[in-house]
Amino acid sequence: MDEQRVNLDGFAVESAELGLIAYDSPHDPTPSLRIVDGRVVEMDSRAEADFDSIDEFVARHGLDLSVAPEAMGLDDTVAARMIVDLSVPRAEIIRLVAGMTPAKLAAVLTLLRPVELGLSMTKARARRTPSNQAHVTNRSDDPLLLAADAATAVAFGFREIETTVPVLGDAASNAMAVSIGAAVGSPGVLVQCSVEEALELEMGMRGLVSYAETVSLYGTEQIFVDGDDTPWSKAFLTSAYASRGIKMRVTSGGGAEALMGGAEGRSMFYLEARCVSLARAIGSQGVQNGGIDSASVAGSVPRGVRSMMAENLMVMLRNLEACTGNDALMSESDVRRTSRTHPIFIAGSDFICSGFGSIQRYDNMFGPSQWNSEDIDDFLAMQRDWGVDGGLRTAEHDHVAHLRRRAVAAVRDVYAYLGLGEFSDEWAEQAIDAAGSKDVPAADLMVPLNASRLIRDTGVTMLDVTAALDACGYEVEAERTLAMLRARVHGDYLQTAAIFTEDMEVLSLVTDPNDYAGPGTGYSPSPARQTEMDSVRQARSVDDLRAQQATARDDSFTVVGPALAGHDPREVVIGVSAATGRALWVTLSGLAVADVIAELLAGLEEEGCVGRVVRINDTVDLGWIGLSAARLSGSGIAIGLQAKGTALIHRRDLTPLANLELYSVAPTVTRALYRQLGINAARHAKGATPEPARNPYSDEAIEARYHTKVVSLVAIERQCVDSTLSSEELTLAGGER
Amino acid sequence: MTRAWSGRAAADVTLESLRADELVLDDVRIHPDTLEHQAQVAAAHANPQLAANFRRAAELTSLPDAEVLAIYEALRPRRSTRSELESIATSLDARGAVLNAELLREAAEVYERRGLLR
Repeated sequence: MDEQRVNLDGFAVESAELGLIAYDSPHDPTPSLRIVDGRVVEMDSRAEADFDSIDEFVARHGLDLSVAPEAMGLDDTVAARMIVDLSVPRAEIIRLVAGMTPAKLAAVLTLLRPVELGLSMTKARARRTPSNQAHVTNRSDDPLLLAADAATAVAFGFREIETTVPVLGDAASNAMAVSIGAAVGSPGVLVQCSVEEALELEMGMRGLVSYAETVSLYGTEQIFVDGDDTPWSKAFLTSAYASRGIKMRVTSGGGAEALMGGAEGRSMFYLEARCVSLARAIGSQGVQNGGIDSASVAGSVPRGVRSMMAENLMVMLRNLEACTGNDALMSESDVRRTSRTHPIFIAGSDFICSGFGSIQRYDNMFGPSQWNSEDIDDFLAMQRDWGVDGGLRTAEHDHVAHLRRRAVAAVRDVYAYLGLGEFSDEWAEQAIDAAGSKDVPAADLMVPLNASRLIRDTGVTMLDVTAALDACGYEVEAERTLAMLRARVHGDYLQTAAIFTEDMEVLSLVTDPNDYAGPGTGYSPSPARQTEMDSVRQARSVDDLRAQQATARDDSFTVVGPALAGHDPREVVIGVSAATGRALWVTLSGLAVADVIAELLAGLEEEGCVGRVVRINDTVDLGWIGLSAARLSGSGIAIGLQAKGTALIHRRDLTPLANLELYSVAPTVTRALYRQLGINAARHAKGATPEPARNPYSDEAIEARYHTKVVSLVAIERQCVDSTLSSEELTLAGGER
Repeated sequence: MTRAWSGRAAADVTLESLRADELVLDDVRIHPDTLEHQAQVAAAHANPQLAANFRRAAELTSLPDAEVLAIYEALRPRRSTRSELESIATSLDARGAVLNAELLREAAEVYERRGLLR
């Protein structure tokens, strides 16, 4: 048991002193609010004179004092029930929460159990339509690979892309390359480059990115200041982004203060309640939280995973966009990381992941994500299983290949046009085909560095990039990058929880408000989106299987004539199913049915018996096939064989469902086992002792792998069955193969 | 009709105008009137703080990028004396950026009490 991967995870003994406690530290304050002459003079058991800068900003700007007396007067349990109660509208909850102090909202949400958190999330999130965000980065800051991977991420459905740098000097090049790659993928993809606050703003002003997220808030003043900001500098920064028409959200997350040794004995959830109150107070439209970089710290304590989900809900209840974590990998265990994400995935959020690593784990410069490129098929299967929209879709291989080639070409041409750098053919070809930067040895690390320096020194803007795209023959992409700049002029995407559709329509709290109020309400995928979610590339129909079988068509099966009863006591009849040699030629284990029959015949011959092949046309049931064959068999012993490979030994005096031996797990039956089956059938015929054969054991999910195929194979068998057709004798022209 | 900071209609931000070398960055900058409109929308959607942010932002539209970055820097912990923050506030006031001036003065007061001044 110690070998299980979950034991690689850190589990901490709860410690309020260290802030290693999810909820309810003994040092958390009792909720309170005293207002004198319209001024907050006490909040959460702290007098105004003792307010730290976070208290001060929240007290001055963050609370609706007109509703506060009512909200603070609500019993915690009553408030918690209202949040869950589907008959209490979202708007009413939003109104009340606006008057709750950080400690009050924390106390209320501490009462919610996981299922209640989920239901509340479905009700409380801002935008009706869920979405998802991807990380696109690589170890070499390779612009070609960044562009190709951005286009790929868009093909899979991501509507926001976050990039960053291992080398700060590469930031401008990365922002440009990802923006170009995203534009190759689709109109309306939001792009950010996570770097130091001032540099990020500068890139935003130049249009190189279209939103910002790396604007960190912390729940204690000491850590806030260690992060080189104050609530006032962050409020100003928030307005600075809006002043240039750029969307932004802030980042926080439980466990950050404990990780930096400055939790002041408070619980993670209370400190996060302060961050979220501050986010609202400074006028940020949204928050990325749910652990984020400290997710594994939050995950290490009892109820920590639950508290991360409650953090997200807190954002929604503050009427803000929620980018719900599921970002940094918080466990080595696939089971545990799925468990952490799943309730949020089902509930739905503005962005399920605030960074699904759409690239290789080793290329993720934020560190591996909770979900990575190798998990995309799992995520798509989960969407399909639950009928839940997690924002992703299947991307066809050829489509992705086309986009990657175009993205690489576009970046190459634009960089050359703007004099930012040259890329070799070898580099370009490697980037197109690469799964990750390890596949691009031709990348020259100096190119992005030089390009970034030139972009900054010469003041290249997104207008220049747009003109370059247009001049180089990428008019479609130029229209898309220009449309993102035009969107700044309109400012509609500054509103809460805004994303763009592929038609550049803004979906936000304003244009696409969440109206969930119970069954039959709220978001439901459009028929087109439903089809997209349902149509995973691995799905197979009966027709697909029929076509696949037809590729192995074998014309050696020949009908000799009607099957007659035999009289030779050494004769064993092999009864095959109706589709055998007509529509089906390959068993589930991949053996040709003709080869299986050859093995059976060889086994019979080894024991001195004679085989005769008869097709039983009037039943799909293997018991009946075996019994019918036994009744034709001179020895009274027969082998029944379905084309899918399931086989048994039958005797004419048994009931249909009784049999002598059954080889039921067709996918695992080998040639040797079929020969053994022939030998044993012969021994039954002679009255000798058969050697018991064991069905091979497997720890694989045999049923998951083959049952859908079985359904199709049986359907084909059934189509071939004709109760008016009698049995017929077959020869296999090829003999033993 | 939505107009950019420069006065150009958003609908005239087109590839044709870019090809004609008519577009500059100010043509894709938001206008303060648009931010005021967005502020009203935010307030009508139960977020007066977002509205307040948009109104502060409307004032900042007229500031050059470098000055916006400089004020942000001045507001970071222990970068400025009280009088430096006050003088930025005065300069903002003079240009009609009264909400931002108020934010700066409030910061100066709190920074002094919390030891966040230079």
